[in-house]
Amino acid sequence: MTKDLVIIGGGPAGLAAAVAARKAGVQDLLILERDNRLGGILNQCIHNGFGLHTFKEELTGPEYAERFIRQAAELQIPYKLSTMVVDLRAEGPDRVVTAMSRKDGIYEIRAKSVVLAMGCRERSRGALNIPGYRPAGIYTAGTAQRYVNIEGRMPGRSVVILGSGDIGLIMARRMTLEGAKVQCVAELQPYSGGLKRNIAQCLNDFDIPLLLSHTVVDIKGKERVESVTIAEVDEHLKPIPGTETEYPCDTLLLSCGLLPENELSGKLGVPLSPITGGPLVNESFETGVSGVFACGNVLHVHDLVDYVSEEASAAGEQAAKYLTELSETSQNAGQDASAEKALRLRGQNGVRYTVPATIRPDHMADTQVIRFRVGANFRDATIRVSAGDQVLLSRKKNVLAPGEMEQLVLKKADLEQLPAGSEIVFEIAQ
Amino acid sequence: MRDVIILGGGVTGCSIARELSRYRLDILVIEKNSDVCEGTSKANSGIVHAGYDAHPGTLKAKLNVLGNEKMEALAGELDFPFRRNGSLVLCFEESGRETLQRLYDQGIANGVKGLEILEGDTVRALEPEVSEDVVAALHAPTGGIVCPFLLTIAMAENAAVNGVEFQLNTEVTDIRETEGAYEVLTDKGSERAKVVINAAGVHADVFHNRVAGREELKIIPRKGEYLLMDKNVGTLVSHTLFQLPTKLGKGVLVTPTVHGNLLAGPTAVEIPDGENTATTAEGLSDVQKRAALSVKALPTRQVITSFTGVRAHEQKGDFVIGAMEGHPGFFDAAGIESPGLTCAPAIGELLAGQVAEYLKAEKKPDFEPRRKGIPNMALVSYEERQKLIADNPLYGNVICRCELVTEGEIVDAIHRPVGATTLDGVKRRTRAGMGRCQSGFCSPKVVEILARELGVDPAQIRKNNPGSEFLTGYIKDGI
Repeated sequence: MTKDLVIIGGGPAGLAAAVAARKAGVQDLLILERDNRLGGILNQCIHNGFGLHTFKEELTGPEYAERFIRQAAELQIPYKLSTMVVDLRAEGPDRVVTAMSRKDGIYEIRAKSVVLAMGCRERSRGALNIPGYRPAGIYTAGTAQRYVNIEGRMPGRSVVILGSGDIGLIMARRMTLEGAKVQCVAELQPYSGGLKRNIAQCLNDFDIPLLLSHTVVDIKGKERVESVTIAEVDEHLKPIPGTETEYPCDTLLLSCGLLPENELSGKLGVPLSPITGGPLVNESFETGVSGVFACGNVLHVHDLVDYVSEEASAAGEQAAKYLTELSETSQNAGQDASAEKALRLRGQNGVRYTVPATIRPDHMADTQVIRFRVGANFRDATIRVSAGDQVLLSRKKNVLAPGEMEQLVLKKADLEQLPAGSEIVFEIAQ
Repeated sequence: MRDVIILGGGVTGCSIARELSRYRLDILVIEKNSDVCEGTSKANSGIVHAGYDAHPGTLKAKLNVLGNEKMEALAGELDFPFRRNGSLVLCFEESGRETLQRLYDQGIANGVKGLEILEGDTVRALEPEVSEDVVAALHAPTGGIVCPFLLTIAMAENAAVNGVEFQLNTEVTDIRETEGAYEVLTDKGSERAKVVINAAGVHADVFHNRVAGREELKIIPRKGEYLLMDKNVGTLVSHTLFQLPTKLGKGVLVTPTVHGNLLAGPTAVEIPDGENTATTAEGLSDVQKRAALSVKALPTRQVITSFTGVRAHEQKGDFVIGAMEGHPGFFDAAGIESPGLTCAPAIGELLAGQVAEYLKAEKKPDFEPRRKGIPNMALVSYEERQKLIADNPLYGNVICRCELVTEGEIVDAIHRPVGATTLDGVKRRTRAGMGRCQSGFCSPKVVEILARELGVDPAQIRKNNPGSEFLTGYIKDGI
């Protein structure tokens, strides 16, 4: 099978990319989705708060997904469900996608371009190195969310949550509403990793305490969790002896960060950022492998799906543009010689990373949205963007928090005048 | 009355069961846990030791070399993963050379083949990520790695196919010697047999002493903690890297696993409770610190899980294998700690021989020595995958994305002899849930498949033993 464009993942990123690519004229495309329906993780996010930016209304996750699924249907975009992509490799100009399903067996698709939209996974207990027994009753917040919202089953009755990521906060409220007792949310850092609105609506409204600078130091229970011990941590994030409190409970939920799932990207040799775990992309959301684009949580973890859709639409449009250029020049477009002349973006002094990581001014639109995260809480700070001695942009911010993705817009006019290969630094100046 | 009851379905019990199933005998294995391979057998280094560690003349020394030799043929016969990757004992100080030489001499005396002492630079040429501090190492090319789960499970399955009965979830409460036979009382009833084989791991002393009528054995449980790292760092080293015993005690190892992960550990701490498999902050940080000595950089950020194993150390230091004096028909396989996994095939053969002789048992002409494992979709070629899916479309449905495990493999694991009934059972047979997401994505699906195939409600599906149910009920139950 050959395709102009294969989109790996039929969640919000893959759907938006597919819709945008189709609108930009790509006829021969295919979405591959591992689940038995389109929509990705949104299907289990039955709370509201989605779509405020995109649709100017408050939707639930499945409703938000439905808007895109409908568009995809109207545009007659083909997709395959319950299909796992098991390999991705480059053979000359082809990107070879190996997929597997119960219905179609195993097969290869030779694609001219690929959009990576595989999403992310949750950090597990093992990766967190939490000591104690390994009984039943320890779940990542997303797994618990699936049990409750998709299967209608309760994974526990008396709950402690470690980590104040958004899914953890959402699940604190959800478990409470379904009849469980959520005793507390412990967060290792002195700040929450979740959105402010979620702390207000999911914890404060239900009198669930948020214990900042606390972590789990022991799990008891041989078969099922019987208790979780929480201690305060010092400024080096090490537990302070004597501060332990044991919480009898049957469940520990973990909401300690999301990791972009780039095992397939790795097989293809896509260079990844050591900070985000996602591919390093240019202004066109193209990865280091030409014709391969990335968007959504596989690129970097987002707080709001609206931004995923926006970013993925751009990636889809760029894939379409790549295909057009490819047919016009009948040779490899994309990251050609201009890649070396690209401007390199870097975060420092509190700015952890930027997406994109490089910009080719001659390929960019009149403006380019740059998204990034900060590494700590800041108040009354200024985000400064500079190239050498030249300050390109300076923005005052009342509050900056690691849990909230930030964005700035750079102008083509400003970037065009910079010497090729210049470094643009994003930093916090207090 | 049965001919033989084996207490314990660990690697030792299953090996004995499999070897005894060559004979015309009525054999029952009683296991307290919900699956075979649930105790010491499931949480260890997965190493097939070369055989230079044990003092010449001990059972450990003799059976280690023998077990090591047998492992390759057994892996072929029973289709479980085994690889002879070779091992290195690293020596970090000039003063350690004497001990290295002693290990070498001991190995030669034990009959270990191919041993050689290598200089530091030769070691690093062989294994580039080995620490610059290494001055010399003992190289044992016969050292290997094995999947402890599949070794045990393969032997259990093969024993079952050859007529051995397995009674799981059954705890032995007492043993009574009556008129040349034994009555084994359990929480599920009682069974009588002419022969009882004690392969009860950390609890073997209890059963031995009960029959002996006095304190003859004392098992001192020793806890060891491990860190398992992602497959993306599984090729950091190709050999198993041991450390010379130092004044800090026995060093920890760094090794690839036979499935391609990287493993570091264990610590060694004596504990009063043989069931205490909790990890500790101190233990895990100790493993990190000590394992870091062996390599240039230990990728601790790639840790995907940690676990604790408990070794059954008998206070006199050697294995206790064979007939108990004064109590005809009672046989021990006790104190089976490292290198017990390596020795298991040899222990099985040795003890089965003794028991068969005692019972004057005849060999079965129809013994089936071969067992075919579950097809591993992650490892087979494109064409084989095509064929498997064509034969059974369930092999096209990926359930565990990290380890690429399909529904076909999981269903096979459930319906085999001594099949999986729990999430851990499925995990150890197929690797579903053993990858980097640690079952976050696949556990709801595995619960569903288990419930469907076993014909029970998902709420009854457990992680392992009773009490470890995954789900507590329906939503809104508590309102």
